[in-house]
Amino acid sequence: MLRVSLLKRRREFTLAASFAAPTPGVIALFGRSGSGKTTLIDMIAGLLPPDEGEVQLTGTVLTDTRARIAVAPERRRIGYVFQDSRLFPHLTATGNLRYGEKRARSVPRSIRFEEVVDLLGLAALLRRRPHELSGGERQRVALGRALLSQPQLLLLDEPLASLDVARREEVLPYLETLRDWLSIPMVYVSHQFEEVLRLATYIVLLEEGRVLAAGPVGELSLRPELRSVLASDLVGAVLDGLVTQVDAAGGTAELAIGTGRLQVSLRDVSPGSRVRVQLLARDIILATQPIQHLSVRNALLGTVKEITPDIDASVLVKVDVGGPIVLARITEGARQALRLAPGDAVWALVKAVSTRGHAFRLFGAPARRA
Amino acid sequence: MEAVSSAELEALRLSLEVATRSVAFSLPLAVLAAWILTRARFPGRTLLDAFVHLPLVLPPVAVGYVLLLLLGARAPLGGWLRSYFGIQLPFTTAGAALATAVMTFPLMVRAIRLSLENVDRGLEAAARTLGARAWDRFLTISLPLMLPGILAGAVTAFAAGLGEFGAVITFAANIPGVTRTLPLALYTAMQSPDGEPLALRLAILSFALGLAGLLGAEFLVRRVRRRLGR
Repeated sequence: MLRVSLLKRRREFTLAASFAAPTPGVIALFGRSGSGKTTLIDMIAGLLPPDEGEVQLTGTVLTDTRARIAVAPERRRIGYVFQDSRLFPHLTATGNLRYGEKRARSVPRSIRFEEVVDLLGLAALLRRRPHELSGGERQRVALGRALLSQPQLLLLDEPLASLDVARREEVLPYLETLRDWLSIPMVYVSHQFEEVLRLATYIVLLEEGRVLAAGPVGELSLRPELRSVLASDLVGAVLDGLVTQVDAAGGTAELAIGTGRLQVSLRDVSPGSRVRVQLLARDIILATQPIQHLSVRNALLGTVKEITPDIDASVLVKVDVGGPIVLARITEGARQALRLAPGDAVWALVKAVSTRGHAFRLFGAPARRA
Repeated sequence: MEAVSSAELEALRLSLEVATRSVAFSLPLAVLAAWILTRARFPGRTLLDAFVHLPLVLPPVAVGYVLLLLLGARAPLGGWLRSYFGIQLPFTTAGAALATAVMTFPLMVRAIRLSLENVDRGLEAAARTLGARAWDRFLTISLPLMLPGILAGAVTAFAAGLGEFGAVITFAANIPGVTRTLPLALYTAMQSPDGEPLALRLAILSFALGLAGLLGAEFLVRRVRRRLGR
């Protein structure tokens, strides 16, 4: 568990944030730029002293202003991957990687040099100096450097923000691998919801220095607070499920979601893989009767739980599809025509094609099936 | 002719020795001063800054005179050094080196400070998160990144130190083989009736040394910068 409760007054704004997130896992600090994300992790790392508050990691107190405890950053064993990588320019990639490793001699070594080089694909870069590396390569070395310091917590401050889209795709899979193969808790700062969706297990939503909402990704995806931060087209329920069948030729996989089955557009998975899919609210069609002769592959039967007003004369309908919840955005006119009300049975229709780019494999190794 | 050339060599050797000793003495102090002036915030910082730069604007003779007042045989500090450590500074090569060090100190501090200001403090913060304590960070991150400035400062101070005149002659006098460095030898030659050819040769030698020093500094700094990828 990572418990954070911190106050920092600055001239232009005040940060007052508290959350307690389960570890291991990837805790995403999500919010617009200027919401206080970096200030918050600088305080977790100990680089910035808070005015008041505490930081606790799995029972160990790192900061407690009341008890006058402030463990120095160099003794916290918290790895930090900065947005601008901050590799030491006078050292080679190897020198950078070994820097933290050498200084972690007294702690039990769980991450070895060769392992990191292998995991992050650094073998060809080892003799180069930082200025001879591309942006993506630099971030990979920075990631490896932080890992080799044998951290108990890894902080990542928008590690992809300074990279273009192609370079991001070069680094993201490595982050996914780390999440799946190492049990080091991570705090991932980002203002890109897609990254959060792909990596996070828990989201802390920040807005103007405050925690608007916090919770597991699926749960938070349904919360109205997220909608105030996210572009309205990105609103949608996030569901995790196991792959039951794969249609390799068609590039689709079938997921078990609640009591139903969902076809999603996703390659490179096998039965048993865990998959996360975001069903965008605007892509979901609701029907009060079973429908035939349609190209839509997915029809999940459920019950209307709640109807709330949404942007532009539309409403957001929460549908319980046998446990998991799906969000659908329909116009107020459509709701009236269907006379939709809480408690009604509805079919949520999802085009498999609409899930392209919104479905991600969660774990490299197939999860054990019950 | 033989005697003349040996006087030249003597002056050259002495100049090199004085400049080397002065750099060796003042370099650690210059790094410390640059660090304090760049990183520390305390009342009186501006005053310290001005004090460090004072030799740049004072007449060198005045600096030499102040040194005599402080470190002369009968001055409290000078007497103490002599009775406890057996160190005598006025009228010695060591004294010439000290006078030179004081005069070239601002040059060195300026160069080191410039490079320290360019050291990204984010890198030091990164080193902290990787477990490096204060001295460790200084030695493994800050110091190597300051290297271009330290080298530039050292070489410039060395080159300037070869020619320090006023402070040396005031504090250490003009003793052949002990404190008669190149500029002092040049001055002496100019004072003697048939010293013209020697004076000219010494002037040319000084000119060549100064040029070599400046070019050498530039070359070294470029090499180090390239290693740092700048």
